[in-house]
Amino acid sequence: MIELDGVSKRYLDAYAVKQVTISIASGEFIAVLGESGSGKTTLVKMINRLVEPDSGVVRIAGKDVRGEDVVALRRRIGYVIQHIGLLPHLTIADNIATVPRLLGWTDDAIRARVAELLELVGMPDVGPRFPDQLSGGQRQRIGVARALAAKPHVLLLDEPLGALDPITRLGLQRELARIHRELNLTSVMVTHDMVEAFTLADRIAVMFRGELRQLATPHELAANPADDYVARLVGLAREQAEVVRGL
Amino acid sequence: MTDLLRGLAPLLAAHLELALIALLIGAAISLPIAIVATRRPLLAEIAIAVTSIVQTVPGLALLALMVPILAAIGGPPFGFAPALIALALYALLPILRNAVTGLRGVDPAAVEAAIGMGMSPWQVMRFVQLPLAAPVIAAGIRTAAVWTVGAATLATPVGQACLGNYIFTGLQTRNFAMLLAGVAASAALALTLDAILAAFELSLAGRRRRRAWIPLAGLAAFVAIVIGVVPRAIHPSDDHVAVRTSKEPAARAAITHVRIGAKTFTEQYVLAELLRARLAAVGISADLAQSLGSNVIFDALVRGDVDVYVDYTGTLWTNVMHRASNVARWQVLAEIEGWLAHDHGVRSLGSLGFENTYAIAVRRDTAQRYDLHTLGDLARVAPQLSLGADYEFLGRAEWAAVERTYGVHFGRSTTFDPALLYEAVARGEVDAISAFSSDGRIAANDLVVLADPLNALPPYDATILLGSRIADDARVACALAPLHVPVELMRQANAMVDRDKASAADAAAWLLARVDAPVCPP
Repeated sequence: MIELDGVSKRYLDAYAVKQVTISIASGEFIAVLGESGSGKTTLVKMINRLVEPDSGVVRIAGKDVRGEDVVALRRRIGYVIQHIGLLPHLTIADNIATVPRLLGWTDDAIRARVAELLELVGMPDVGPRFPDQLSGGQRQRIGVARALAAKPHVLLLDEPLGALDPITRLGLQRELARIHRELNLTSVMVTHDMVEAFTLADRIAVMFRGELRQLATPHELAANPADDYVARLVGLAREQAEVVRGL
Repeated sequence: MTDLLRGLAPLLAAHLELALIALLIGAAISLPIAIVATRRPLLAEIAIAVTSIVQTVPGLALLALMVPILAAIGGPPFGFAPALIALALYALLPILRNAVTGLRGVDPAAVEAAIGMGMSPWQVMRFVQLPLAAPVIAAGIRTAAVWTVGAATLATPVGQACLGNYIFTGLQTRNFAMLLAGVAASAALALTLDAILAAFELSLAGRRRRRAWIPLAGLAAFVAIVIGVVPRAIHPSDDHVAVRTSKEPAARAAITHVRIGAKTFTEQYVLAELLRARLAAVGISADLAQSLGSNVIFDALVRGDVDVYVDYTGTLWTNVMHRASNVARWQVLAEIEGWLAHDHGVRSLGSLGFENTYAIAVRRDTAQRYDLHTLGDLARVAPQLSLGADYEFLGRAEWAAVERTYGVHFGRSTTFDPALLYEAVARGEVDAISAFSSDGRIAANDLVVLADPLNALPPYDATILLGSRIADDARVACALAPLHVPVELMRQANAMVDRDKASAADAAAWLLARVDAPVCPP
């Protein structure tokens, strides 16, 4: 479904992403895990061409994304960011309706889609409200609903839960997992939270200093870490779990 | 009082029209620059630097600067155009600066999300950046509106009717009711616009943006009332009230209407009314273009924006023809007449009968203490004295000639508005002033004019100038040519206005009754 084939990106004289190859199957949930500066966000932005790789190819359904109209491409890919970026002067319903409007849907179709999405994220009544009347967690649900408005098959999430408190965060993780399954999406989520990656993802891509250190299922990652860095990550996650269990 | 308000309405309308069009042009230039500058930060820096420099030019100077610039490039250097361009330039900075700041301040997350969901750069601008920056942009337009309304009062000296007409005329003729009316109207206009635009700004900042039409509708209604309804209601049958310069067709038909010009001081207002009364007697109506700058008015005459006004030979000789001083009086008059007719098709009707020359005047007690009679006497003690001068005197060739001829060098010199000069010397703020020999306030303040035995100051015979459109009209000529105004009468008429607060029209009527000259039959 999505292929990143030997992609690299340099900024000045440092590699942000270096020779990364990942093949993502349709319906898969991939977590891209790494600390800040590891290149994980840069890698994901290559998929919707917010970043153009210096070398290598990105393909979606076998087609090189560079051959596609960038605006049309992005409208087919849902995109959720940590800071959400809802438009404060528009109602929640109008925020969700943004891309369908750009695509020229009819008013009836837009209204139906907005209602459907508000139902999906469990907030059926907030349509007429404004973003500053919602909590952070509620706003991010709307961010997800907006990203899904034009019925994309691919959803990119750039640390979508990074700014939320742990309880809200857990709720939204479950919500994302459910939506991913229900809509049969192919999802790629950037995160620096190991537990989040382990609980949500089918496979985890561990990035370190621009390089892909390991791409594996959570189980495999825990059982056979590819190098010291991955081993240390897994070890830390285990340690946390032990501490919690010992309480 | 009702006359005062009646005269105010068309000026208010013209003022608002001028300020608003300047504001619209300023916004139409600034906003696209600010939008393009979101992609080119260097452009933003350059544009803001350039407009900041424009802003440092004092308003009056910026307006006055437009006259020679427009003349040089062949545009209309008089009236609406120079005022509009200068004010539009003035409006640029606040709008540009706020638009750039507002667009830069847009939440980067909103922009990233918009790009990520597939908006084109223009759609990001249209649906995200502009709406989010709108309150800040509106605040810039509001600032510019207040500045423009204020600065528009300075359009009077370049020949554009505005509330400045009341302010300049009121100041010059010491008519404080008029001055106050002009200032109050201008302030009220600025405050009203400010309030309406503040409501607009607020409506953009809040969530309910759809309400933004309410203040905009209020603005439209206000403009319609001030420009359309009020002047018409007050002048129901008087639609020719000239708000803007409109050229009469240059037909050779009989002249029925002329435009009389006047510079920015009392004598000019009185003489303009005198000319109007004389022309009315032969059936020619006239409107007045008052308070024109000294350099603007001659250009206006040559261009046909003004048909007739009174100028002074010395002004034409030194300022317009750029000739040297120390020339005999008869020679100046003769050469000017030939030059005007030959080079500009302007007709001079000869001396009006009095001189209004630059002179140096001192208080009587100063004259007695230092035994001052001539400029030569003054040279002895000038280093211990101070001089008050009008805006132009110290920069003029006449002053240079006095300095050179008599060696007069004052210890200190200060510039005043001409309206305040006489009071300044009478109260002892300064010891000597640049005065005009026909000014009624010389006698009123018991000042002594120092003699000029070496003819350093050129002659300043008042003379009526006719523009080419009416230069050959027989009725105009025989209405105006016989006029002869002795200097004593002129001085008294000036004093009636300056000291006794009579209107210029009343002083002109008084003068007319004493200037016994026949006119042609209508």
